[in-house]
Amino acid sequence: MTDVDVVVESDLEENLTESDRDKAEKIFAKNVEIIGGPPPGPATLEAKDACAWFGDRLVLEGVDLVMPKGQVTALIGPSGCGKSTFLRLLNRMHELIPGAALDGEILLDGDDIYATGTRAQQVRMRIGMVFQKPNPFPAMTIRENVLAALKLARLKCSDKDTLVEQSLIRAGLWKEVRDRLDSPGGALSGGQQQRLCIARSLAVHPNVLLMDEPCSALDPTSTRRVEETIDELRGEVTVVIVTHNMQQAQRVSDLCAFFLAAENQPGIVVEQGPTDVMFSTPTDPRTLDYVQGRFG
Amino acid sequence: MTSTIDPDTTATTKTTTTRKPPSKKRKRTARRPREFTNFDVWILVGSLISAICLNWLIFYRLTDGASAFGFFLGSYVTFLVIFAAVSADRVGRLVATDRLMTVVVVSAATVVFIPLVLLIGYILVEGLKALRPGFFFNDQQGITPIMPATSGGGYHAIIGTIEQVGLALFWSLPLALAAAVFLNESRSKWRRPVRIFVDAMSGLPSIVAGLFIFATLILPFAKSGNPLFGYNGLMASLALAITMLPTITRTVEVVLRLVPDGLREASLALGASRARTVWSVVFPTSRTGMTTAVVLGIARAVGETAPLLFTSFGYDLMNSNPFAGSQESLPLFVYRNIRKPDIAAVQRGFAGALVLMLIVLGLFAVARFIGRDRSKRRAKASRQSVSTTQTSKNQLAKGVAK
Repeated sequence: MTDVDVVVESDLEENLTESDRDKAEKIFAKNVEIIGGPPPGPATLEAKDACAWFGDRLVLEGVDLVMPKGQVTALIGPSGCGKSTFLRLLNRMHELIPGAALDGEILLDGDDIYATGTRAQQVRMRIGMVFQKPNPFPAMTIRENVLAALKLARLKCSDKDTLVEQSLIRAGLWKEVRDRLDSPGGALSGGQQQRLCIARSLAVHPNVLLMDEPCSALDPTSTRRVEETIDELRGEVTVVIVTHNMQQAQRVSDLCAFFLAAENQPGIVVEQGPTDVMFSTPTDPRTLDYVQGRFG
Repeated sequence: MTSTIDPDTTATTKTTTTRKPPSKKRKRTARRPREFTNFDVWILVGSLISAICLNWLIFYRLTDGASAFGFFLGSYVTFLVIFAAVSADRVGRLVATDRLMTVVVVSAATVVFIPLVLLIGYILVEGLKALRPGFFFNDQQGITPIMPATSGGGYHAIIGTIEQVGLALFWSLPLALAAAVFLNESRSKWRRPVRIFVDAMSGLPSIVAGLFIFATLILPFAKSGNPLFGYNGLMASLALAITMLPTITRTVEVVLRLVPDGLREASLALGASRARTVWSVVFPTSRTGMTTAVVLGIARAVGETAPLLFTSFGYDLMNSNPFAGSQESLPLFVYRNIRKPDIAAVQRGFAGALVLMLIVLGLFAVARFIGRDRSKRRAKASRQSVSTTQTSKNQLAKGVAK
């Protein structure tokens, strides 16, 4: 483990030489077409009066939230307030849980993703997701992991090698794994695995990327790498990130939404707005208490 | 380097020795409270010998009613008592209790092991008498009761077993996989009844499986004269498939359950359908486990005799066509030969049993090898940087600390 971390340290962005930069530019100049993939560019995601149930229990009520295209939106709040549930509503992962129900609309560039006739698989392809625990496919190599979405969603791609390189560069993993693309994905360190999962999600060029506490299982160095990756994705992809780490929300996000659930009450959005305002002069006293670490 | 440091260290030692009164340095010995020394082995052996002597005296000299069983039981109990008493005297009651329990558990394990060794040894000794290379190349053509056991062979039985089990696997594997996927990947409310049904099926007496095929497929077509529905290898394979089905289903189900849900979610989040997720993520992830399941299923079916009695019936000559005519297989070969009155046939039966046992042993070895391969690879991946020398050093240090 330790020697892997050393590699991460020496590979930080500042140490990239000019030739590396040129190479990366050349790679990104190549246009990789994914046939059947999502339309290009980031998309605006909007929740209108979103509610969620588990069985008979209402866990999330009346969430109105706009996640503008190309920006990073952070969802903060104490545990059990419905942040992750809300995130899973956004790409139709919520409905996979037995007994789960929902109400309201989730609009992706104005179209309801829950409209009849909209395939959940199409939605999930356009709205990628990174989970709390890194979960690369253990039976696949690093390269196969990056290309997994093509295989799983039955897409075709004009230039797979370039796509692998582009995705891994965007996830900040290329330099560490370029010599061992055919070794199993499970042999990487935790931080590398998480970046591999990000690369895997980015490979189909999704319009939105959801991240469910992507750094909670990672050490500070890997967390920094992932945050740098999020920063680089700004403008290219709409990012929605759930985090328990106030500093992280402050560092990476443009907008912030504070979720809170009173005892035996469903979770609601107490306050939302630009991150700097939320962390300096929030209007709701509960938000101030939370961002200043007085509870939660 | 050393020359610059040396004066310093000598200086500090000097100052400490002058400040503190000179104390005797305690001699350090590595103690291992649970260690079983050579002396303890002598205690064990000594207790055993004295117990045997004492009981020999009681059972064969002082009394008339000498029974071997009483002698052994008495010896064992006396041995435990003597061993406990001597150990308690030497290392204290606490450790003595621990050692007594160890001895009891080890001897119990030995007792369990004895029948297995006897069984395998007996078949090995008897089977080797008739097992010659010719066994693998000849059938029973022209074999008369007066011929020696080494003449003829079980070639036809081996071929029959391979064909029947192969066909049985061909029928049961798709069904078992489908059932396991249904039990583990679907959300149907019928999962519970199906699971109970599969469990009940694994408890089904295997002769019932043979009887079922006999009653439903052979008997109704008896007058038609169609060889496909007569006694043949196909019918045997169907009966064997019934016995294999629950074994494979349950094993595969357990293996599928081991695949973390995170992988399924990751796959679905990438836009895969549920079927695609099972096919491209769940199956490859559990590939080694599924192979083990298949091998266990084969091992289960290959030794079954009862389902074959009314289905393939048994045949002394080579019949390589499983779709027409009765066919031999190894279990049937053993069963039919051991019932014969001549000693040579019985010995051939033992040779068949030995070959069958070797096949099962080989299959289990394959299963273990596949299973081990997987865990080894995972362990390798998880402790990439920790060298083996380091671990062994740590273990040594731990051992010393104990």
